[in-house]
Amino acid sequence: MNTNKNSYTIIYAAVMVVVVALLLALVSGILKEKQTANVELDKKKQILSSLNISTAGQDAEALYNQYIPKAIIINYRGEVISDDRDKAFNVDIAKEMSKPLEKRELPVYLATVEGQTKYILSLRGAGLWGPIWGYISFNEDKNTVFGSYFMHASETPGLGAEIATKHFQNEFINKKIKNAENKFVSIAVVKPGQQAEGKDYVDGISGGTITSHGVDVMLMKSIGQYENFLGQVTDGGTAK
Amino acid sequence: MSKLLSAKSKQVLLGPLSKNNPIMVQVLGICSALAVTAKLEPALVMGLSVTIIVALSNVIISLLRNTIPNRIRIIVQLVVVAALVTVVSEFLKAFAYDVSVQLSVYIGLIITNCILMGRLEAFAMGNKPWESFLDGLGNGIGYAWILAAVAFVRELLGSGTLLNYRIIPQSFYDAGYVNNGMMMMPPMALILVACLIWIHRAANKDLQEK
Repeated sequence: MNTNKNSYTIIYAAVMVVVVALLLALVSGILKEKQTANVELDKKKQILSSLNISTAGQDAEALYNQYIPKAIIINYRGEVISDDRDKAFNVDIAKEMSKPLEKRELPVYLATVEGQTKYILSLRGAGLWGPIWGYISFNEDKNTVFGSYFMHASETPGLGAEIATKHFQNEFINKKIKNAENKFVSIAVVKPGQQAEGKDYVDGISGGTITSHGVDVMLMKSIGQYENFLGQVTDGGTAK
Repeated sequence: MSKLLSAKSKQVLLGPLSKNNPIMVQVLGICSALAVTAKLEPALVMGLSVTIIVALSNVIISLLRNTIPNRIRIIVQLVVVAALVTVVSEFLKAFAYDVSVQLSVYIGLIITNCILMGRLEAFAMGNKPWESFLDGLGNGIGYAWILAAVAFVRELLGSGTLLNYRIIPQSFYDAGYVNNGMMMMPPMALILVACLIWIHRAANKDLQEK
């Protein structure tokens, strides 16, 4: 057979494209449900990780239901818009943060750890190569960090990617996001050895300067949109 | 077995481990050797993934080799590799989500690995499926062990760990030892690969250019 003819080449290319497209569509279609379930389970693991709860080798679903019985959606004024737990879980923070502040619907996960309420907020920002995101949990005072979790899509291994290690995340524990005047100032991520004026700070990653700065900006912007919510401090109960 | 591993097959399988190594001799796949060798774990995973994908795509191209129109052969090779990588990545997302998260960008990087195109074009287009499979396996492993060797040195000297376990004791750091930050930078991978090539050629005089 002459495989050099124009007609043969065109037909070959057309058939190949159709076959490959069908194959990929089929694979994607069959596996979609399982993948979505995995993504949701992974999100639950990430949220649990911000409470310093290890899910390794355990049923993350059960742990999630045990520790996080409630989740709400608030607006920028700190008013509760919805207390539907599943709806709050499914909020896409990246999408919300692209809207103007007044229109955003922000999720807050209310966890109960050893009888104490913890508030978990969603974080989203940019690293050097791609998005970074995470969760940060606060004690009942809505000021002191209880735990944090950061993840990235494509930061440099050994450098920026170190933000995903517990070593870095544990630095945030017990840091405060408000200053002495009770104003929100966030937590700074500074170059190791340097200091930040008037607010709590942690050491960034050596060699991962841009990613560290990305975390700094992410904390400022993401936690900043919850400022009014964080301002409402009640005695233990849920802010109304 | 004797038929399966004839003298030629053996050469095809074992050659790429040293005398015909894709990185040290053919100098293919350098790009990813720089990107993923800062830590040992991604290097091993990348090596394994590339081995599997090279072997499978070699077989597919070898089966199709007599039908592929000459003028669009590179496109056909690319489509096969891309489709294969996408399918593998989809399966990982469904059945081994943790692995897929860890691999993240590397899975996509496999498509651009020069070793794949190099082996498809140079070997699979002109050889039978079984030999092509062995060739893919050999080249994949040849690539993987260099990656592992480079990553071993970089992680040990750059982070003081291996597979994220601390190797260099804390007392060293207390005494003033500092991790070599240079090791984490891509240029060090290039320098280490060059050192490997140097040693390799010193040991194999027949590879030296006049």
